[in-house]
Amino acid sequence: MTTKKARKRAPAPRKPVTEPRERSGAYADFMAQAYTMELEAVQRYTEFAEQMEVHNNPEVAQLFRKLATIEGLHAKQILEEMGWSQAPGPAHAQQWEGGEPPESAPMSEVHYRMTPWHALELALDNELRAEKFFAAIAKSSRTPAEVRKLAAEMADEEAEHVRLVREWMKRVPRPDPDWNRDPDPPFLGD
Amino acid sequence: MNAPAAASALSAQAFKSEVKPVWCPGCGDFSVLSAITKALSMLELRPENVAIVSGIGCSSRIPAYTSCYGFHGVHGRALPVATGLKVARPDLTVLATGGDGDGYSIGGNHFLHACRRNADITYVVMDNHVYGMTKGQPSPTTEPAWPSKLSPQGTGLREFHPLVIALAAGANFIARGFSGDPNGVARLIVQAIRHPGFSFVEVLSPCVTFRPDQRSWKEMARPAAVEATDDPARAARRLMTDDGFNIGVLYTGKRKPYAPTATGAAQQPSALEKGFEL
Repeated sequence: MTTKKARKRAPAPRKPVTEPRERSGAYADFMAQAYTMELEAVQRYTEFAEQMEVHNNPEVAQLFRKLATIEGLHAKQILEEMGWSQAPGPAHAQQWEGGEPPESAPMSEVHYRMTPWHALELALDNELRAEKFFAAIAKSSRTPAEVRKLAAEMADEEAEHVRLVREWMKRVPRPDPDWNRDPDPPFLGD
Repeated sequence: MNAPAAASALSAQAFKSEVKPVWCPGCGDFSVLSAITKALSMLELRPENVAIVSGIGCSSRIPAYTSCYGFHGVHGRALPVATGLKVARPDLTVLATGGDGDGYSIGGNHFLHACRRNADITYVVMDNHVYGMTKGQPSPTTEPAWPSKLSPQGTGLREFHPLVIALAAGANFIARGFSGDPNGVARLIVQAIRHPGFSFVEVLSPCVTFRPDQRSWKEMARPAAVEATDDPARAARRLMTDDGFNIGVLYTGKRKPYAPTATGAAQQPSALEKGFEL
């Protein structure tokens, strides 16, 4: 599995839209929300990796760990950019439309026999949701101008991630039609 | 810059143990574990001040997956153990956890009387309408027509209505959550723990292995249209006509929680034994 996405997502810190002294509370609040989004994605991918390890699917487990690392780098980048030494408040302080952050795939979307392609499909959905999330903020007239600008930049970054994941998926075998067929299923036999 | 101050509370992760869940990937119980740990973090509790008690079943494995005190007990007996613990150690935050089979069938009698006793505990039931651990037998909440290898025509039996039963038996707080919204479930558990007396949180938690049809629950679950009521008669009308997919706090009662009359030294086993001395 390539680490191209990891390299792309861990560049030098993004050039701040405004100088630190000019940043408003709304800017910090927005970055805190973006940080929480990345952190929750790390936790969700880690949970998926652990599930795959428990169910002896090491290839997908490794991929989920890689995705967690990538999101972790992005979270770290936000901390560095903002000059925060620790997490900016508890994760539950953030509210999300639909209940969960856009980069956290639903818990129900994994299967013990899933393939790397499925894991990337899930990552693609996450990136698409994230792009849509930031694009909506960038377009909202209620959003302060400096936050709109930053949100537009983040939407562009997510669009790039979408492209990279799609590229990644081209290099991974598509699953067989009966990928979830288990020769020794957990169901009671006839 | 208004960077939010870092909270002194422990993170949700701090309430998870090193033991990794063995549930099937996709199981709703992962979300409930996440919700419980988030709720404990939101309440700024410490693992050493929380006890989680369970019975038997997939969902009853939860105590092992947390860093809190835990008791993985006898099938259906989580509630009497949790009640006893709360009475003996009122300083602890006590949660009981389990599934629909454990809570409504094997432990059905204890469920009734735990509601009636109204000790200050929180009971979280992960309801998947099936016995998952033992390979998919119909449970008390299984729909009468659900066909399975063991009941090809369905059981033909009317399903148990836990929220109505809880209200009738005296539960002081009744809520329903959906595992597809773990943050929403976390907020319900926070409210349940804060509410005095017996708090009952039923969480619709799909079994992806034996009830793949429950994937449709994410389209069916929706926020309850009306606010919680403290009027039992009104709550009864609502719950009797409920289709099982209204999410939120549905009833907040005002009964005083049970507290033992004997306290301190009089509560010690040695003091009780004196009454039986010959």
